[in-house]
Amino acid sequence: MIAFIRTSVCAVGLLLAAMVPALAITVKEVKSPGGITAYLAEDHATPIIAITFGFRGGSALDPAAKLGLSGLATSLLDEGAGDLDSFAFQSELQDRAITLRFGDERDMIRGNLLTTTPNASKALELMHLALTKPRFDAEPVERIRRQIQVGIASNQEDPSYIARRTLMEAIFAGHPYARDDDGTQATIAAITTDDLRAWVKRTFARDRLLVSASGDITPADLGKAIDQLFGELPATTGINVALPQVTPPAKGKTIRVEKPLSQSIVYMAQKGILRNDPDWYIEIVDDYIFGGGSFSSRLMNEVREKRGLAYSVASAVSPFDYGSYMLGYVGTRSDQAETSIAIMRDEWKKMRDEGPTQKELDDAKQYLTGAWPLRFTSTGSIADILLSVQKDKLGLDYIDKRNSLIESVTLADAKRVAKRLYDPEGLTVVVVGAAPKAPPAKR
Amino acid sequence: MRRFVLGLTLMFATAGVMAAEANAAVYGAESFMLANGMQVVLIPNHRAPVVRHMVWYRIGAADETPGKSGIAHFLEHLMFKGTPKYPGGAINDIVAKNGGDQNAFTSQDYTGYYQNIAVDRLPLMMDIEADRMRNLVLDKKEVDTEREVIIEERRMSTDNVPSALLFERLNAGLWMTNHYSVPIIGWEAEMHGLTREDAFNVYHAAYAPHNAILVVAGDITMDKLKPLAEKYYGAIPKSGDYKPRARSTFLDPRAETRVVLRDERVSQPEWMREIIAPSYNVGDRTDVHALELFAEMIGGGSTAKLYRTLVIEQKVVASFGASYDADAISYGTFYLSMTPSPGVTPEQAEEAFTKAMDATLKDGITDADVVQAKRRMLAGLAFAKDSPMSAARAVGAALAVGETLEDIENWPDEIGKVTTEQVRSAARKLFTQYSWATGVLLPPAARAAAPGRPAAGGAKP
Repeated sequence: MIAFIRTSVCAVGLLLAAMVPALAITVKEVKSPGGITAYLAEDHATPIIAITFGFRGGSALDPAAKLGLSGLATSLLDEGAGDLDSFAFQSELQDRAITLRFGDERDMIRGNLLTTTPNASKALELMHLALTKPRFDAEPVERIRRQIQVGIASNQEDPSYIARRTLMEAIFAGHPYARDDDGTQATIAAITTDDLRAWVKRTFARDRLLVSASGDITPADLGKAIDQLFGELPATTGINVALPQVTPPAKGKTIRVEKPLSQSIVYMAQKGILRNDPDWYIEIVDDYIFGGGSFSSRLMNEVREKRGLAYSVASAVSPFDYGSYMLGYVGTRSDQAETSIAIMRDEWKKMRDEGPTQKELDDAKQYLTGAWPLRFTSTGSIADILLSVQKDKLGLDYIDKRNSLIESVTLADAKRVAKRLYDPEGLTVVVVGAAPKAPPAKR
Repeated sequence: MRRFVLGLTLMFATAGVMAAEANAAVYGAESFMLANGMQVVLIPNHRAPVVRHMVWYRIGAADETPGKSGIAHFLEHLMFKGTPKYPGGAINDIVAKNGGDQNAFTSQDYTGYYQNIAVDRLPLMMDIEADRMRNLVLDKKEVDTEREVIIEERRMSTDNVPSALLFERLNAGLWMTNHYSVPIIGWEAEMHGLTREDAFNVYHAAYAPHNAILVVAGDITMDKLKPLAEKYYGAIPKSGDYKPRARSTFLDPRAETRVVLRDERVSQPEWMREIIAPSYNVGDRTDVHALELFAEMIGGGSTAKLYRTLVIEQKVVASFGASYDADAISYGTFYLSMTPSPGVTPEQAEEAFTKAMDATLKDGITDADVVQAKRRMLAGLAFAKDSPMSAARAVGAALAVGETLEDIENWPDEIGKVTTEQVRSAARKLFTQYSWATGVLLPPAARAAAPGRPAAGGAKP
């Protein structure tokens, strides 16, 4: 019975590459009459339009004394613009179920517009106002400032927050990536309305802009829409958005933060891989095998399935634009935390020394190629993916091409990249929880 | 507008969205019944060649035998351990190898399993799901290991999270003799004693076709789905006569419960209130729709009535939220939450809230308020159909607590029919006829005296 199942599953696998159904998504490059370029996945099946855009350079550019400026500014752009005060602006959005959202990342300021087609012209008008004429009235500025400060206070005793923060400070010491881009009580308090206006002036420029769209809009209408949104922004503000390159330390250490917790939170990280590295797709496959694949990874098997030491255990590849890290995470009972950490270190070493097996590689490729279409199930998610395609310069045909990049990974590649990247001695480990009482248990 | 994802706010926030999504006229859902009593529902969406395949069982934590809290959720975990046909880790491996994402979830009223996967793999997923409905195999050692996993899950989601601990205590006080008083994850003391036999007792009783609902959303038509459903699920013989336990509709004597939790892991006070409320199954349905509008009106966003009063005008709180969950077999729940502004105590915030709410209930609900709330709740309906994943979840949850597709389809009409007087009356009843429980989360007394400490104080090694 078992042999029979293995055979039949195997057959499914061998045929998989040919059988993954083609995505009915065609990406076009649209050039607006005003000369702005956007990627578009046109789809008129649902009366919904999503426009996603980004301005290169994010919260990592915030001045140290005003840390959190990008977060406060992006939270205020929909709190009043042009002739509309906060109440009027928000009422327009809510009455028409328009989602207009800004967010700050380390390397990018991001905007999302999601609207039904009948409300599109109003949605564009409001987004245009938010980009070009935000008001920063005293009431919303003080209200959002208070909300951010309350949020910062809430985080202070959260074990996951403490672990993440401690880790980032250790692996990116001295670099803007080490900072908490929410800011501190003091830096949030120090931000003035002039700071907010200056932030808008230096952030929103066409040379930093990337735009993508999906859904119920034609190329011609999108061209008009992006000229309306961005046409009057300055061509450039002359700001250099590049940061110094940063690399996590080659030699790791363990940092303990004692807290009275029955479950300890452990974050561990080492030097990672940048998005434009030629080995990127190979590492995506290796990481899936190691800890990225939710129920089937080595970490999941060793820590959760075999030993019941954790509910949540995983790894991830996390690149910023100018530095990168590979992350391991586990939430594990405090009296067994040392055991869990030792198992994860062992797995880290095994990955480096032996790499994946042929079967693991085949399984990973089947999952990663087969799951690709699952990312394209909402109008907003398609626009978001297209923005990443543009940002990382992956090309108009990337959505069709991506699976062949995964398919082409060989066992020799996977072993070579595992040896190159996985570095158990380079792991910086942060443990937030009760102090260990006994030496690690024998396994 | 800043949208903080504080543990409880997130949970509270979903109810309104679910209500707005639950609309079959917009989903275009189709349904038929297999001979063995299993309902089959299709929500077509042809954007990507994928489907969400879900099987829902009408059993949840509130169906548990006293003393066995957590067993419904424990069984959900154990359902991944295999069958003679798909032994060991085969279910996880096969789903992953076929490019599928899968998971499962347990609520007070239902348990659900799903895979998101390329549509040509649907038959294989149906074979697995139909097989494990009847043929689960559990090895004692696997059960022992998995018990440790759910206890770690409890530590992560509850014991490590003061607001979740408060919420657990609040539920116990609010629901008292109703089964909703017991946490879905289980009381830790009882979780340690859950056995393989306990899991099988639930499984053999409740995992049967007549107690299950199949929901498929995505790139398939009924012509293709029907023969597949008949082949895989229709072949399971009708078995047993399990009926989901009738939930208690007894209301304990009316009282206000107050729970105060001081915890050294808290650095920002929080205030929350849960009120027992009518649901789609208990009480007057007109009141349910009226309360959905009332929640939108007072706390549905930054222009909502009480948000304006408390956050914008009086500035006593940094955030205010109201939401309402009527998808329940027993009573529903109305939620209120506030984060006091720096320097304001939860008691002061509560006093301001009580005053503002009293004024609203007395003469603060106007025709214009109701018209606006209706417009906003109905404006976003087109988004319900956008993603097959969220559509399947919303429709399945409504069906699993006993609504019909017709109920879901009629939702916009029912909302449209509610009068201003009905909103006033339902809101007043909520605060005069039902019990509530108020929770306050505080830092330790010593630390509470020094608010607004500089950031990152606790983060240094």
